[in-house]
Amino acid sequence: MEFITPILIVGIIGLLAGIILAVASIVMAVPKDEKAEALEEILPGANCGACGYSGCSGYAAAMSQGEAQPGLCSPGGPAVAKKCAEVLGAGDVEMETKAALVRCMGSYDNTTDKLVYDGIEGCSAAILLAGGSSSCLFGCMGLGDCVKACDYGAVEVCNGVAKIDPALCKACGKCVAACPKGLISLAPVKKQAVVRCHNCDKGKAVMDVCKVGCISCTKCVKTCPQGAIAMENGCAAVDPQKCTGCGLCVESCPRHVITMLEA
Amino acid sequence: MDGQTLKTLVAIFLAAILTENYVLNKFLGICPFLGVSKKLDTAFGMSCAVTVVMVIATAVTWPLYTYLLVPQGLGYLQTIVFILVIAALVQLLETVLRKYMPPLYSALGIYLPLITTNCAVLGVTMLVLEKGAADPSFGYLQSLVNSFGSGIGFLVAMILFAGVRERLEDCDIPETFQGLPITLVAASLVAVSFLGFNGLVDRLM
Repeated sequence: MEFITPILIVGIIGLLAGIILAVASIVMAVPKDEKAEALEEILPGANCGACGYSGCSGYAAAMSQGEAQPGLCSPGGPAVAKKCAEVLGAGDVEMETKAALVRCMGSYDNTTDKLVYDGIEGCSAAILLAGGSSSCLFGCMGLGDCVKACDYGAVEVCNGVAKIDPALCKACGKCVAACPKGLISLAPVKKQAVVRCHNCDKGKAVMDVCKVGCISCTKCVKTCPQGAIAMENGCAAVDPQKCTGCGLCVESCPRHVITMLEA
Repeated sequence: MDGQTLKTLVAIFLAAILTENYVLNKFLGICPFLGVSKKLDTAFGMSCAVTVVMVIATAVTWPLYTYLLVPQGLGYLQTIVFILVIAALVQLLETVLRKYMPPLYSALGIYLPLITTNCAVLGVTMLVLEKGAADPSFGYLQSLVNSFGSGIGFLVAMILFAGVRERLEDCDIPETFQGLPITLVAASLVAVSFLGFNGLVDRLM
């Protein structure tokens, strides 16, 4: 029967420790932040990190302490932003829905492959070899790192270029981070013109590699009645805030690389 | 306290830091040593937490072992009992800190629960008992001083190594060595340098 004592001793020590901890957690309970808990209830719980915090609970805590504004949660969209603002007692929060957009039209109709890539699957690996398989150094290689990054099945690769379904996109920004060429960015969902190219080169260098790439002719800049288009790093870019969606730039572009997004 | 005891305590303290350094000499607690030593301030926070837990753990486990387990002839239970006690202690410490010292709680943050199962903490509580068995004059007070010294030794190792690692960041390291390999090489070099302290404490005694 000598095994009883050790069992008793370990059992009693464990029990004592448990009781002490239980009592301590009641006696020394820290009042929890009710606001943060209510906010966390509202947030979608996807823990995607699009808001810039470690997760939904981190964002909720930051909001309850007034460090963060409601409306940073893109998966939740305007509905969640509104509810959060109600809890915080803040006024209405305007929040535009965003969706990720691939700023490249380098499908196989427009670009070619300069090499046959047969290495490790994925864009971040392929880019190490002479800047990727696509003839355009800046363009989409269509190897689908963004497809793998997306939790919502909103991205697919069609004919060698990634495409994002705005209806499925929650604007969490994971594909933005996944693209080694930096082709994907979040754009507000509204009727607007977008330049679907990221090539920083000029004229002939672009024409050699792609049938549609922006050649920095600045026609669109001159055409836009709102002054919404500017050249950035040798490539046209539309300011979504100023764009009214008139479509004049789409018509003016000799390379047909400006397209109209529908709301 | 007479002069001789004080002298022994100082020797024990220095020995725990330099010649018997838990990280660099006994290779215990390597996980936080490699994991949290990337930045100086996190290394400091972690080491402070380790020191506090080491002292408190020894303060509780020493009497528990000497006055409960040994008289019952249950010395072999020390590992399981110590783990139990240390885990509970760390949890309790966390609760107390959260209530009464929120700044310290947020500073130590995630490190406290990480220490719960740290082998360096368990190692300190068990090795002071081994020393006590070998030398009867090595009592409760000596054990506490030894634990405190071990914690400070951990701090010294962490801070030294955090400095080394911050320098490594700027170095042009061959690709195969980047990350953990070069860290381990650097750690072994720091450990070798600590061999130089051997024999220092014997002269003090």
